[in-house]
Amino acid sequence: MKDILIKNGRIINPATGTDEIGDLLLSNGRIKQLGQNISCQNNETIDATSLVVCPGFVDLHCHLRQPGFEAKETISSGSKAAAKGGFTTVCCMPNTNPPLDNLPLITYVNTIAEKEASIRILPIGCITRARKGDELADMAAMAQAGVVGFSDDGSYVKNPQIMRRAMEYSLPLGLPVIEHCEDTALAADGQMNEGIVATALGLCGIPAAAEDVAVARDIILAELTGARLHIAHVSTKGAVELIRQGKKRGVRLTAEVTPHHLALTEERVLGFNTQAKVAPPLRTQSDIDALIEGLIDGTIDAIATDHAPHTINDKLCEFGSAACGISGLETAFAVLMKLVHSGKLPLPMLIAKLTNEPASILRMRLGSLEVGAPADIAIFAPDIEWTVDTANFASKGHNTPFAGETLKGKVRTTIYSGQIVYQDNE
Amino acid sequence: MNNLLALDISAWQHRHILDIQDFSADEINLVMLTADIMSKHMSGPIKKTGSLRGKTIVTLFYEASTRTRGSFELAAKNLGADVVNMTVQSSSVSKGESLINTLNTLESIGADMIVMRHHLSGAHYSAVPFMRANLINAGDGWHAHPTQALLDLYTIRQHLGSAQGLKTVIIGDIRHSRVAHSNIWCLSKMGARVVLCAPPTLLPAGLDNTHNLFPKVEVEYNISNALVDADVVMELRLQKERMRGDLLPGLDEFIYGYQLNAARLALAKPHVIVMHPGPVNEDVEMATDVLHSPRAVVTNQVTNGVAVRMAILQLLSIG
Repeated sequence: MKDILIKNGRIINPATGTDEIGDLLLSNGRIKQLGQNISCQNNETIDATSLVVCPGFVDLHCHLRQPGFEAKETISSGSKAAAKGGFTTVCCMPNTNPPLDNLPLITYVNTIAEKEASIRILPIGCITRARKGDELADMAAMAQAGVVGFSDDGSYVKNPQIMRRAMEYSLPLGLPVIEHCEDTALAADGQMNEGIVATALGLCGIPAAAEDVAVARDIILAELTGARLHIAHVSTKGAVELIRQGKKRGVRLTAEVTPHHLALTEERVLGFNTQAKVAPPLRTQSDIDALIEGLIDGTIDAIATDHAPHTINDKLCEFGSAACGISGLETAFAVLMKLVHSGKLPLPMLIAKLTNEPASILRMRLGSLEVGAPADIAIFAPDIEWTVDTANFASKGHNTPFAGETLKGKVRTTIYSGQIVYQDNE
Repeated sequence: MNNLLALDISAWQHRHILDIQDFSADEINLVMLTADIMSKHMSGPIKKTGSLRGKTIVTLFYEASTRTRGSFELAAKNLGADVVNMTVQSSSVSKGESLINTLNTLESIGADMIVMRHHLSGAHYSAVPFMRANLINAGDGWHAHPTQALLDLYTIRQHLGSAQGLKTVIIGDIRHSRVAHSNIWCLSKMGARVVLCAPPTLLPAGLDNTHNLFPKVEVEYNISNALVDADVVMELRLQKERMRGDLLPGLDEFIYGYQLNAARLALAKPHVIVMHPGPVNEDVEMATDVLHSPRAVVTNQVTNGVAVRMAILQLLSIG
């Protein structure tokens, strides 16, 4: 393997607070040197003038759909989409068919990933058997096989006693329980956020309280058990405040937010736009403001895509029949750059929420440019504009409300373990 | 029908009828004037015109309906069109065909216009980008029932001249009512004051008038307060099939709080008209004596429905 020398980029490494123009040398799949005017023999040089060089992005939450839904996505296509989006590590959710609730299935995903994925795939195992919420899945065996957390994502663990036991059982495993917080009764039949937009469209609404109630319950259970709880895709102002208070009390709590919940309001659903149908639903501007505030004050640790690819027909139907989800890996970074360009979020903080912060939730030596760390790198042009054209997606899922939108900020090169896995040639 | 030629149809913008909120006041007035002509024609010796002769109109109903479907069918036949009624049970829909494919199939067998009722809000919106035939919404989920709102407005005009400045009170299960939703849009657009009267569990969310995405409405939980000086009262059918146990303790409570009876109606203006989209649950949302009083215009609504739907079909065919 040739060494790679990245010259003259703006190197941002949030883990160490580094933000300077310099060079980065990668060797044998590891970061070898970071500094000024590095030179070396027998290398491949990347000119990063006017580009930003940072750790490869770490996604705590995506859906790769394999096994069972290979028409929507596969580990192979999903990993290519991830690489195109600047991601070098993604955690995949277990709501496959069959759901990933036992050791052989985790081994299956690991084996396929080893063979076919161009980046690091870290599976998440189910909390309960078949995601039914009735009995615990084989959590310890899956931990042995390398899962990085447990989640019934897509479904809320309805029974608080099961959730309590799952948290207790997770304690010796050291892994977080990741909850899709949406109270089932309050969200029943809901299609979008409850409010005047849902009323105007005649759609059944999901109140913000459905999320808040669920978050509150789980924080209380995490406090009771001492377990690690990670709240997936926070979407409401109320949930942000509950998490903030929980962290203040010392609950072992982390949280993520998605790019679409930071960028879009419920009004995107107007016209019965199925591309804007997502769970939890898009909310309001005051929720967005609270989510950004939560990112800035550390209440929300990470940004995760909740990449949820679907086939064309899954979305080309009545709103009430349409699948929930957005294919997000390839647009996540550019969508998030809106926050930077509008002055709401400093660039190093955005990168932190995509790199070292999620990596620390995984407790893995990732998301950093320290010498000796895996050579996982994203290189992007912060000011290049491009128009989202789903025909160019690497993902099989072309379902995105950002189609046709012009975004500013483009991933140019993604390096995983010292190998270039994506190069933008436009 | 010669009068039709004298109408200025330049205001007409619609190829499909999905909703009432995208109608301009001018378009609504054009529908009213066209319906006047249709109404006059129907009261003559020969109801039928030939203006839609050679056109094929398909009604496709995913939900049971007697009057709306019958009204559309008669309207189409009065205009000389051929009508094919498709029900979900007898079509391939039950075999899992997508809505778009179903509608395209109906176009392929020669449908020029399709009148569709669907149980899911916005179903028509998902199909319309792929359609050549005119699509007419005969009711979708909780969302809209545009021809009902138009025939209700027509009935109000007939009895009270215009909707401008009238106090209109809509009572009952507003949350699940596409009739209420379309009437709120239509009446607001035509200058009426809209008061909604229901228990909080039967009202839709977000009616705080802080948003420009929905007309300004007044909410009054107490039926007596709501009825004071009302010009128009619309009682809605209590949709038992949509009711869940958490919305109302029971029928008796609803009758106690929200039934329109003669004593309550006496609070309204003397010229008040009482409307109902039908079918009426007699002695549930409306007491029998009110339904059969001279104030009730429920049968006029049904009659007007045919004229208004003829107007819509006619305008779509020339627009």
